[in-house]
Amino acid sequence: MLNPHEIIATNEMIDKQNLDIRTITMGISLRGCADPDPAVCCRKIYDRITKCAENLVKTGEDIESEFGIPIVNKRIAVTPIAIVAESCETEDFTPFARAMDDAAREVGVNFIGGFSALVHKGFTPGDLRLIKSIPESLAGTERVCSSVNVATTRAGINMDAVAMMGEVIKKSAELTASSGGMACAKLVVFANAVEDNPFMAGAFHGIGEPDCVINVGVSGPGVVHHALEKMKGRPFDEVAETIKKMAFRITRVGQLVAQEASRRLGVPFGIVDLSLAPTPAVGDSVADILEEMGLSSVGAHGSTAALALLNDAVKKGGVMASSHVGGLSGAFIPVSEDAGMIRAAQNGHLTLSKLEAMTCVCSVGLDMIAIPGDTPAETIAAIIADEAAIGVINNKTTAVRIIPAPGKKVGDIVDFGGLLGSAPVMPVSGCDSSAFIRRGGRIPAPMHSLRN
Amino acid sequence: MRAIVTVIGKDQVGIIASVSTLLASEGVNILDISQTVLQGYFTMFMLVDLTACRLSFRELADALDKKGQERGLSIRIQRTEIFDAMHRI
Repeated sequence: MLNPHEIIATNEMIDKQNLDIRTITMGISLRGCADPDPAVCCRKIYDRITKCAENLVKTGEDIESEFGIPIVNKRIAVTPIAIVAESCETEDFTPFARAMDDAAREVGVNFIGGFSALVHKGFTPGDLRLIKSIPESLAGTERVCSSVNVATTRAGINMDAVAMMGEVIKKSAELTASSGGMACAKLVVFANAVEDNPFMAGAFHGIGEPDCVINVGVSGPGVVHHALEKMKGRPFDEVAETIKKMAFRITRVGQLVAQEASRRLGVPFGIVDLSLAPTPAVGDSVADILEEMGLSSVGAHGSTAALALLNDAVKKGGVMASSHVGGLSGAFIPVSEDAGMIRAAQNGHLTLSKLEAMTCVCSVGLDMIAIPGDTPAETIAAIIADEAAIGVINNKTTAVRIIPAPGKKVGDIVDFGGLLGSAPVMPVSGCDSSAFIRRGGRIPAPMHSLRN
Repeated sequence: MRAIVTVIGKDQVGIIASVSTLLASEGVNILDISQTVLQGYFTMFMLVDLTACRLSFRELADALDKKGQERGLSIRIQRTEIFDAMHRI
């Protein structure tokens, strides 16, 4: 019955290698909250969220205590507010963000996602009002996260939305200049956004989702790194096998926690997201794993190949460990949230171009990257267009969460605190992309979108 | 409900006695015990049954933690499912 080695192995992963459940995220449909009167709609949003998530934090804490595994975040994702508030007779969508923020504070979650719009093919009036309200909404709230999907493989890239998001990001940064442009850390521009992502800032409750659902995001870069430390000089076949085994174990814990949370809350289990999500803590870095494979620094030639192997092995190991895998499921490479990435960016070993290449083979995209505050909106839009193109052509999710830190120049550090970490300001191309962005319209869907 | 109690610390007289006394007084049945010395530290694992436990899980965990602190030991309790999930298919 008792296998001391297994008990010790599990507890060392938790104690020494930062194994944790990164998030239990409750997805809540707000489709029943629509009302022509914005005040009524806000009240319905607040009531619905606080009722569904009443026991979310306590349940998470109970599970944490009983299994002895840290559950770092309890979070909420809601139906894209552009849809919920479409029928409201108001131009100003900021009250809906405040209702979300108040509800999140009431139930004790640190982030709530879903101040979102899906505009990959075009805008409805509600989408436009939501996008216009993003800067003030993020600046005026503490816990609300926003995302806008501007492209899909099936629809192509909405370049009008891309241009608009360049401006929205600039304005969001300016409104929160005193905190380094913090609002931009809560704003994601997606291509091929997924409906069941439990990770912030890009989580929203998709329109194909049930009324309420529990999704869990696992983590554990430290566990993978530790396992690879014992594989020095071994061929990649063995490296991949080792990562698969670790990913299996990590994901099994995620599945256990997801099922337990689902049962206790009386809410269906949705998915486990197999992402390796780093934190700024020492020993919790995806960059460290890539370097352990033999690179002197992440950003060196070989980084893309190393990340491709890691990303694929994590999925292969994890997929058998969970009955339903979903979300983003891959390795995250946020700069400010990963001590190894921060180090490489500071040393100049990791550039925006290399990061862009790396996003071709992992989940998400250009994530938590600080750039100079005087970067033009059109340049930011062009960065978004490039990432969206990678996502659309490769049939994968890509995203841009970029912070044009007001008043900051290349080499400065922007500190966001907590899990968001600190980001060295990275250089962007000084070449002008504005005429490209001004064209507007849609970049057509690629040939391979026609699969029927 | 079954759980694993893990006790780690400097070897001293009466560790098993004090932990098992606490468990017995709260109605916790010990099913199996394994102990060893790892890297100079006394390490003990107990498989316990909490069916008749008079405390909530968290209260029992807190009581064990407090007992550990009194004696300079780390004592934790975790439900067995986490180990099964991670190491069994």
